[in-house]
Parts: sequence; C-alpha cells; structure tokens
Amino acid sequence: MTRIPTTRIIVTALLLTIGIFIAWSLLGPWPTVILTLLSGLGWLIGLTRIRGAAQHASTGARPHSLMGYYATYVALWTGLPSFLFLLAWVFLQGPVIEQLLIASLPAASAGDLTPSQISLLISEIRNVAAGRIFSEPEPYVLEAAERYGRWVAISGQMKLAAIAAVALLGLSLSASRITMAFRARQGVERIVNVLLLVSSTLAILTTIGIVASLAFEAFRFFERVPVTEFLFGLSWEPQIAIREDQVASAGAFGAVPVFAGTILISGIAILFATLIGLPSAIYLSEFAGERQRNIIKPILEVLSGVPTIVYGFFAVLVISPAIRTFFGGTLGLETSPQSALAAGLVMGVMIVPFVSSLSDDAISAVPQAMRDGSIALGATRAETMLQVLLPAALPGIVGGMLLAVSRAIGETMIVVMAAGIIASLTINPLDSVTTVTVQIVTLLIGDTEFDNPKTLSAFGLGLFLFIFTLGLNVIALQIVQRYREQYE
Amino acid sequence: MSSRETLFGIPAPDWADPAMQRRMRRRHGGTHRLRWLGIAAITGAIGLLLLLLVSIFSIGYSAFTQTVVTIDAPVAAEFIDADDITESNWNRMARAAIATLFPDDAAGVRDPDYREVLSRGGYNVIRNTLRDRVIANPELVGETLRITVQTADPFDQLAKGLVRRDTPEDRRRVNNRQIAFYDMLVEEGRIERRLNFWLLTNTDNRFPEMAGLAGALRGSAFALMVCFLISFPMGIATAVYLEEFAPKNWATDLIEVNINNLAAVPSIVFGLLGLAVFLNFFGLPRSAPLVGGMVLALMTLPTIIIATRAALKAVPPSIREGALGIGASPVQVMTHHVLPLAMPGILTGTIIGLAQALGETAPLLLIGMNTFITDVPEDVFSKSTALPTQIYIWFDSPERGFVSRTAAAIMVLLGFLLFMNAAAIFLRARLERRW
Repeated sequence: MTRIPTTRIIVTALLLTIGIFIAWSLLGPWPTVILTLLSGLGWLIGLTRIRGAAQHASTGARPHSLMGYYATYVALWTGLPSFLFLLAWVFLQGPVIEQLLIASLPAASAGDLTPSQISLLISEIRNVAAGRIFSEPEPYVLEAAERYGRWVAISGQMKLAAIAAVALLGLSLSASRITMAFRARQGVERIVNVLLLVSSTLAILTTIGIVASLAFEAFRFFERVPVTEFLFGLSWEPQIAIREDQVASAGAFGAVPVFAGTILISGIAILFATLIGLPSAIYLSEFAGERQRNIIKPILEVLSGVPTIVYGFFAVLVISPAIRTFFGGTLGLETSPQSALAAGLVMGVMIVPFVSSLSDDAISAVPQAMRDGSIALGATRAETMLQVLLPAALPGIVGGMLLAVSRAIGETMIVVMAAGIIASLTINPLDSVTTVTVQIVTLLIGDTEFDNPKTLSAFGLGLFLFIFTLGLNVIALQIVQRYREQYE
Repeated sequence: MSSRETLFGIPAPDWADPAMQRRMRRRHGGTHRLRWLGIAAITGAIGLLLLLLVSIFSIGYSAFTQTVVTIDAPVAAEFIDADDITESNWNRMARAAIATLFPDDAAGVRDPDYREVLSRGGYNVIRNTLRDRVIANPELVGETLRITVQTADPFDQLAKGLVRRDTPEDRRRVNNRQIAFYDMLVEEGRIERRLNFWLLTNTDNRFPEMAGLAGALRGSAFALMVCFLISFPMGIATAVYLEEFAPKNWATDLIEVNINNLAAVPSIVFGLLGLAVFLNFFGLPRSAPLVGGMVLALMTLPTIIIATRAALKAVPPSIREGALGIGASPVQVMTHHVLPLAMPGILTGTIIGLAQALGETAPLLLIGMNTFITDVPEDVFSKSTALPTQIYIWFDSPERGFVSRTAAAIMVLLGFLLFMNAAAIFLRARLERRW
C-alpha cells in the first residue's frame, strides 16, 4: 500500500464533515445517516470489486485507474443522485401536502374562501397538528390536522425508502460497470467537472435572482403607481398610503426628494473623502518611504473595514452633537439633530480608503519618464505633482472616486442611524434629509405583506439603487481600465 | 563664472538675485506645503479612527461591570406548601426577600421608591432562583439563601458616577429617598460591582441591566457557519473552474463579469433578494440564521472567489507542468498540488470575507433578524438576532442604559473582527509562500 499524504486525509475528512453537516442541517438526521452509510457501502463495494477483478486477472495486469477511483466512483454515484432527489423532495413536500390538504377539506369550507383565509386555515391546521392549540378548534380542523400529521409521517417514511432505493439503484448500476478496463478516473473527474461548473453558475443565479426579484416586485409597484410619478413626483409620503382608500394617493410616491437626499449625503461624503484621501494619496506616492507606506496604508484601510453600524453609532453619539454645538451653538445656525452633514461626514471617513488607495495606484501608475522629464526641466516636486502627475492620473482618480460614490450611495446603516426618515427637498446640509437605503429599511422593517404599494415601493427604490450603483461601477471600472491601458 | 553667461542667447538665471531667491523659496515652499498637507490629511484620518475607537471605548467600558445587590432571602416555612413543594408561593417568598432589604420607613413590600432600586427583571430572577434551589434541596426551608441580582440601571449609573448626586432632584433619575436607601445598602455591604458576565451569558431583555448578547452571539455563529458552509466550497469550486478548467467563451466571460459586479452590489440589495426569494418565494422561516447565512454567503462569495483566484494564480506554472509531466491528470494536478499550495491564501481570503459578513447589518434587518427575542436559538431555523442587528436593536431602544450596552456590544463585535483579521494576517505571514 502506498502511504496517503496526511494533508489529503485532512482535506477529505473536512470535506466529508462539511457535506454531512449541510445534509444534516438541511435534510434532517435520518436521511443523512442513510446517505452516508450507503455511500460508504458503495465505496467499499467499489473497492472490493476492483480488488477481486485484479486478483482474478492474469499476473501483471493492472486496472486502468488507481483503486481509489473505482471506490470513489461508486460512492459518488450512490450518494449524489439520491442527495439531489432528496433535496427536490424536501422542497416539494410542503406545497404538495398543502395542496392535498386543501383538496381534502370539505368543499364548503375551502371553496368559497379567499386565498388569505385558506392560508390562515392551513396554518391553524399546522399549529393544531404540532400540538400548539390556543382555543377549542373546530372538529373538521382537528380531523384535517390528524390527516396532515399522518401525511407528514407517511411522507417522511416514503422519503427514506425512496432515497434508499435511488441510492441502491445508483450503487448497483455503477458497481456493475467496474471492470479492469473501466476508466474510473475519467468517470470521477467528469463528475468533479460538472460539480465545478454547477457551482460557478451560482453567481449567475444570484444575479438573476436579484434582477428578477427586484424587477418583479417593482413591476407590481409600477402597476399601482405610474413610473413617471415615481421618478418626477416631488412628494414622498409612503407611510400614508397604508390605508386602502388612500392607495397611491396623489404625490405620495414621488421619489425625487429621496434621490436628492441621497445625492446630498453622498456628495458631502465624497467631498470629505477627497479632501482627506487625495492629499494622503499624494503624500503616500510622492513623499512617503517604503516603510511609512507599509504602516500607513493598512491603517487607512482599517477605515473601510470597520462595520458600518459602528460608524452609525459614532455619527449619532459623537459627530452629530459636535456639529450641533458648532453650527447650532457657536454659529447660531438652525441645525437638525439628524443633519445630512453628520451622516455625510462619517460616510466620508468610511470611503477615504477607496479614494486614497485608488488615487495612490493611479499616481504611481504614471510612467516614471513623465516624472523625470518634469523634474529635469526644473520643476519642483510640488509642481511636478500638481501640474504633471495629477492631470495625467486624473482619469484613474476620477474612476476611484466614482467607485467610492457608488459605495456611498449603497451604504445603509450609517444613514439609517444618523440621517432622517422624512423626505424633504433641500440642499442645506444642516437639514435632515432621507436616502434611498433609509427608505428601503424603514419600509420593510417588521412584518411585511407584499400586497400594498408601501412595501412594494421599497423594491422600486431598490431597483433604481441597483441600476444606478451598477452603472456607476461599470463606468468607473471602464475609466480605470482605459486609463491603465493608456500607459501600458 | 560670470553671472551673465548665456546659453543659446538666453541669459542664465542670476541665482544670487534676491528676487530669484524669493521665487525659488516660494516654489520650493509649495513642495513643503504639499507634504504637510498630506501629513495633515493622514493624521486627520488616523485621528478620526482613534476618535472613533476612543469614544466607543469610553462609552462602552462601563457596561463591562454591573452593580449588584446581595439579598439574604429567608426561605420561610409559611410560604412552603407542605404537601407539594412545587406548589409553594414563590411570588410571596420573593417579595418578602426583597422587603428584607427595605428600611423601616418602607410603605410595605411594594414601596414604589424602594422597589425601583432593584432591576425590574430581578424579581423574576429571585423567584426562579428560590424555586429552583428549594425544590432541588428541600432542606433549605428555614434557612436563608444568598442571592445576587442586578440593580436597576439608574442605580448602576449612580454607582458608576454617571448619575450625579449634585444635580437637582427633579432633574435626576433617582430621588433623594432612593439615594438614601441605596447608601444604606452600600453601608450594609450589600452593593457590589462585579464583572458583567451577564453581558455574554444573558439573552436580550427589555431592561438594560439584564440584557446580554448570548442569543445574538449564537445567532451570529449559526449564520456565519451557514455562510461558511455554502460560500467556502462553492467559492473554491467556482474559482477553480474559472481559473483552471473553464473554456474561454462567452459563457465564461459572462460568469466573470457577473462575479466582479456582484462584489459591488450594495448589501441592502442582497437583503431585498433574501426577502423576495428566500422568504417570500421559498417560504423559509423569517428571522432565521439559516436565511441570514444564505444571504451573507451570496455576499461573501465574490470575496472568496477573487481571493481564491489570486491564490491559484500565485502558484507557479512549474508546479503544474511538473505534475502534468509525470502523468497527473488536470484534476489531480489541481487537487493534489495546486489547491494545497494555494490553501493559505484561500483561507486568508475566506477569513476576511467572513469578518465582513460578521459586521454586515443591513441585509439582516430586511430578513427580520432584528426582532426582540429572549431565547438562545436552538438551531439554524429558530428565530434569532445576530451581533450587529442586536447592536441596532439596543441602539434603537429609548432606555438610557442601552447606550453603554450598545457601545459594549460594539466592542465585542470589534474584538471578534480584530481576532479574525489577526488570524488572517498570521496565516498569511506564516503559511503563505512567496515563489
């Protein structure tokens, strides 16, 4: 026997544990035990069969692949199909039983009920079946609950039987293919390749999920509130429209003040971040030595690693009061306790690393020849920086700033905590304004029903937020890329 | 050298000319100013970071101790049901125990002023402690039990000097009569300040002095576990596929563009996705760490994929070629050689991704992980909060005592983040190989 490397044993054990754990928490203990045991059995059978075949073969003949591949091949074909089957079962079990239940209820009680009443009834039946009885249930509910419990139990047993059957089928089919000439390694590697491909589509699925869910719910919103009103209306009062008679009352869903507030706060943020970040970048690329850079850069990057909820707390407890004492007390200006300035400043602190790092990269990417040429003509270092390097690096710097703006627009917790929730159309940074993200959170916090424009409007806002940040990002990346190509 | 030498007819500058020297000073002064501007900006940024840390520390440190009262609770036989001890009148026993603290001028066991000194949740603690200990050991009847409970938050702050005695009574949260009672308790040696382990062992509570992070910590642990279990294997698989096996075609390009853009999607959009797809469409339970973990996994995925691809790229081609040369298949090259060598880089990226996920709040708010829950979650399906959402709940609570709790919870969160990032840096320094 060859010695198996320790790392491979550790990695295999780790992967197995992860797999078993996922199965356990998603599918429950018994299916997991069955799957694990049968896969293990498949592994052993595969190994035994190829060993047997090798013993009977003429001396010197060797199987096509290493023994382990035959074992793994059988184990994979035992475990994977039944795992997928089980997954499908678990997802379909609930709806199927629910349909059966609705069909089984007396026509009088199920036929003329609205969908919401039916779902109430179903949840009551579920509660009764689970033993959570609050008041004396109707007899037919008790009966249905008993049926429900029976079906769930049957489904559970059938599930176990079915996955065992599927697993055994896979086991016998794959084990029967094992001969000396069988190309087991290729078989295993095909499966691995498919698994890799499937994983990499998850990113696509996520994007599709985002776009689909946003677009679908936003579409339902725009059915009730015209897009033009949403985009150009000047009044945003979504909370009013909860009541039936006031649905989509005129002017309630004009998002202009919300967009304006977002732009105001992000504008303050990017202004502040540039004021701090650009000189820092200039210093780092032009004046700082290697050692200084290695210390300062990570410290600056901590600023974007601090959770945003911490910044929100900081904004409310430290910055807001300070701004109020300064502008309200010392200068005597009227200052809102939730001023746009406070939220914007703190958000600016958060995005400083974006500006400083990307600007630093951009300045460093300017060819040395331009620097040398400028110095050789007698320009001082400041003149070289301000009149040669910065203009040359400007596209890169602007690209970095756009990335930072996109980050600021999508930032949520700082504004949820430190900015207001009332949408007002103003450019006074000492006033309270609201942002897209604040509105999404306030509209969707707590129990949400997806049947009124108030909730759905959050998805309308979300759609525009997504489109806008994505657009900014694409533009910024393109600018940065084109700029890089220019000097390469 | 004469001062008016010329070059191609242009007079050479007269460096000694005072006007010229002034000009040169001014021009070089620009360099100095630029340099100092940079230093000022960096100092400002670091100063703001320090201000942030110091202010949170200075608000939060006081929540790491808690003022407690020690009660000698008599287990009087009159409250005990001789037939069935579990049916004894624990409520009255608890009330009597609290009354033993009161001075003679108390208006009975329910004296409104004096009762407010103890935490309002403390009553339940006393009753439950009495019940559990006496039922467990019936021989305690007739004895006295020492029970410690938290004082109410205003008195905790009085002990810490945050509520000042010299403010006028009508603007103080505790009145003079209560202060006299409190001082009496101090004199009797019943008041103590203890390390506040409750902050980590209690669950959320309406009363700040009783509230703790146990539920939130468990919820965050569950969510991070789900996040890791999904994003780690999936992320590595995606990165390996894209980096090593994917054919160069439009589909691969699409996946790549997708991943890069996913990294820039605002976190709250992921929350909208979780709400619409996981909760509404698939009907998964609201407020569950499972859903939280799934949403966080989708957010962490791009980070892990990008880090893994960088780590795979860093493995030199000679390793691959060597393995291929002695007959390994591409999958074997990957699993036996490249992946193990890239693993430190992958782990570093994963830890950083998980640290980001731990601090993420907005998507968890949308899927309802900010509900008031007083149980420790049992599994990934039970209702729960997470550390950042718990911070938000406390931040949103009107009670004064939650301010320092919020800061203390932030310190706990920052502590975990510091630990995770330190682990990542350690891994990078120790295990990562430079080729």
